[in-house]
Amino acid sequence: MIEKPLNRLAQATPTPIARRVKGLSDRAIAWIFVGPTIFLLLVINIFPLIWTINLSFTNFKANRIGREIEYIGLRNYERILGDSDIWLSMQATAHFLFWTLFLQVIIGFTLAWLINRKFRGNDLWTTIIVLPMMLSPAVVGNFWTFLYQPQIGLFNYVVAFFTGADPSSFEMLGSVNLAPWAIVIVDTWMWTPFVMLICLAGLRSIPNYIYEAAEVDRASKLRQFFTITIPMVLPFLMLAILFRGIENFKMFDLVVQLTGGGPGSTTELASINLKREAFEKWRTGYSSAFAIILFVTVFGLASIYVKALNKVKER
Amino acid sequence: MNLRKLTSVGVVSLAAAGFTNAAQAEDLTLCWAAWDPANALVELSKEFEEQSGHTMHFEFVPWPNFADRMLNELNSGGKLCDLLIGDSQWIGGGAENGHYVKLNDFFDKEGISMSDFAPATVYAYSTWPKGTPNYYALPAMGDANGWFYRKDWFSRDDIRAAYKQATGQELGEPKTQKELLQIAQFFQEREIDGKKVYGAAIFTERGSEGITMGVTSALYPWGFEYENTPGKYDMEGAVNSPEAVEALEFYKELYETATPPGYTNSYMGESLDAFKSGQVAMAMNWFAFFPGLYADPNTGGDKIDFFVNPPQNVPGSTLGGQGISVVSYSDKQEASLEYIKWFADPKVQAKWWSMGGYSAHNSVLGSDTFEDSAPFAGDFLVAMENVKDFWQEPTYAELLLAMQKRIHDYVVADQGTAKEALDKLIEDWTEVFEDEGKL
Repeated sequence: MIEKPLNRLAQATPTPIARRVKGLSDRAIAWIFVGPTIFLLLVINIFPLIWTINLSFTNFKANRIGREIEYIGLRNYERILGDSDIWLSMQATAHFLFWTLFLQVIIGFTLAWLINRKFRGNDLWTTIIVLPMMLSPAVVGNFWTFLYQPQIGLFNYVVAFFTGADPSSFEMLGSVNLAPWAIVIVDTWMWTPFVMLICLAGLRSIPNYIYEAAEVDRASKLRQFFTITIPMVLPFLMLAILFRGIENFKMFDLVVQLTGGGPGSTTELASINLKREAFEKWRTGYSSAFAIILFVTVFGLASIYVKALNKVKER
Repeated sequence: MNLRKLTSVGVVSLAAAGFTNAAQAEDLTLCWAAWDPANALVELSKEFEEQSGHTMHFEFVPWPNFADRMLNELNSGGKLCDLLIGDSQWIGGGAENGHYVKLNDFFDKEGISMSDFAPATVYAYSTWPKGTPNYYALPAMGDANGWFYRKDWFSRDDIRAAYKQATGQELGEPKTQKELLQIAQFFQEREIDGKKVYGAAIFTERGSEGITMGVTSALYPWGFEYENTPGKYDMEGAVNSPEAVEALEFYKELYETATPPGYTNSYMGESLDAFKSGQVAMAMNWFAFFPGLYADPNTGGDKIDFFVNPPQNVPGSTLGGQGISVVSYSDKQEASLEYIKWFADPKVQAKWWSMGGYSAHNSVLGSDTFEDSAPFAGDFLVAMENVKDFWQEPTYAELLLAMQKRIHDYVVADQGTAKEALDKLIEDWTEVFEDEGKL
């Protein structure tokens, strides 16, 4: 049954082509298949990376094409690492990264654990919960701006309802203290479902017989949770953290839509700062150096993390 | 000539005529910001289409993205725009980076004289280096930052009595910046017709140019200067002068004590919304919006009036407005220049003003009927006499973003003092000018 279509395919191959392919070694055929991909990778990824590294040692400005480009050594790197504003934006990024990951893991896992239980309307709830991650970040940013509006925003009214405070007495996006939390809340609302789905996949991959064996051994539910559920879901959870970590390190659209980096520079994450340097101030050399620093940071952290993930998987 | 020959000649002639028309008629694209005057220009340009046979297309970008979008287009040598009505601050970059066509020869050839336009607009929108007779744009849209207020509230006896009782003064259009603050604070959280209202809508936007345009409306009346000596980039003592510090502190107080809640990232649109929804007693915005505001059925007409940005130590308004330039990357420069020639015509300029555009042509501004032609026309003339613009250097974007950051950090995020903010601004600007080799 399977061979018939293959035979037909072989017969359908024109004789000249068949003859030509027949003369190629396996390695040559492999190169034919892999070659276009490698070519695209070189053109789209590797070349720009090398070019960016090259630019990072210059004073090049993309809006001043006629100006002579000078090689200035490590000066861009020195300026970036000695710039207190850059460190503030890294601090804002770290705050955003830590709290979004922390909240998304806790809430995502809890939701997955609840959804994994068999109850009526299970599928409907799953669909409702994953809706936020299907929306565009620009849309989410826009409507949360309205929700956070001090005079008419639903969020302020909900908080006021529970706390008794005046709804317009606090500004989620306008306050230096609250704005960093405002962006954490929105990202958590949007992306917790993603963590939940991965955790759900992990929970559903645990065979029932393991729990049955634990029941036979009279292990308590709490012990089953900590010795079976958590260890077996951990690789999935770590994968979710890796994906969300990389994404949130690069976070741009949602935060730009919500706060534009403000108030002041309170929520100016590294990527927003980078975009301003590169495409608004047009300091191409400087921003290339900044991009390389960010790339090395995220690549280094991700590599360490992936090693840890592999060790967890091997256990 | 037999019939066959006649037919051949006819066909060739028709084809030639068709080819000639196709070569002359161009599809021109004019780029500008998306706002009320742009819609007026679309209507106005229909006359040009009829006269020239060219077809006009328009690319209008919302203000918050306008600079980003258009400067990217210019820097990449894009051919999207044949004509560009670019912001006044772009003129330095447009000229030095070769984005704009120099118009001197064209003006000479067509008899277009820059002395026919208001000097402030020629200086700001057309010349580079500043004040020299090197023209890269024709003044297209004069503009300045002004104010409008709820005339109906200001004239109510109960409100006037309350103001008199609170301040000992008569309620009216503010004559100084400090009086403006006093009035705004009086209205802040006041209940009018059962609704809580606020003092003033001002510019606080962080992302593009908002807070800089707002704060300079306070800085200029205090006598703010960018340099001690024009052209020397010696900013110490000018940018952070005691007057500048006082003006910046004033703007912060205005923001903190007299604006609606959540007004942390607001520019033109938010100002218009706040006023039209009856939230604020006063609002700052560009004169370009005033025709639309006056025509608004809810808050326009008898309910609104306008005033020039009040002086403090000196009169001063923040310059808006733009000149129209031919993009050097355009393949249709001849047709684009035709448009500019048509636009410079006094009759077209008069029609431009009547449709809601702010002509900078002396024949319009100097006419006997101009001041009475709209309730804000006289204010516009006064404002344009004392306008001041931001840096127009090729590095204007870097200079602007530095100011956006330092001012927003101080005014909205409440970080540091006014003096520290201005000191840091000098550091940022010094770094930019050093990179440029100007310091």
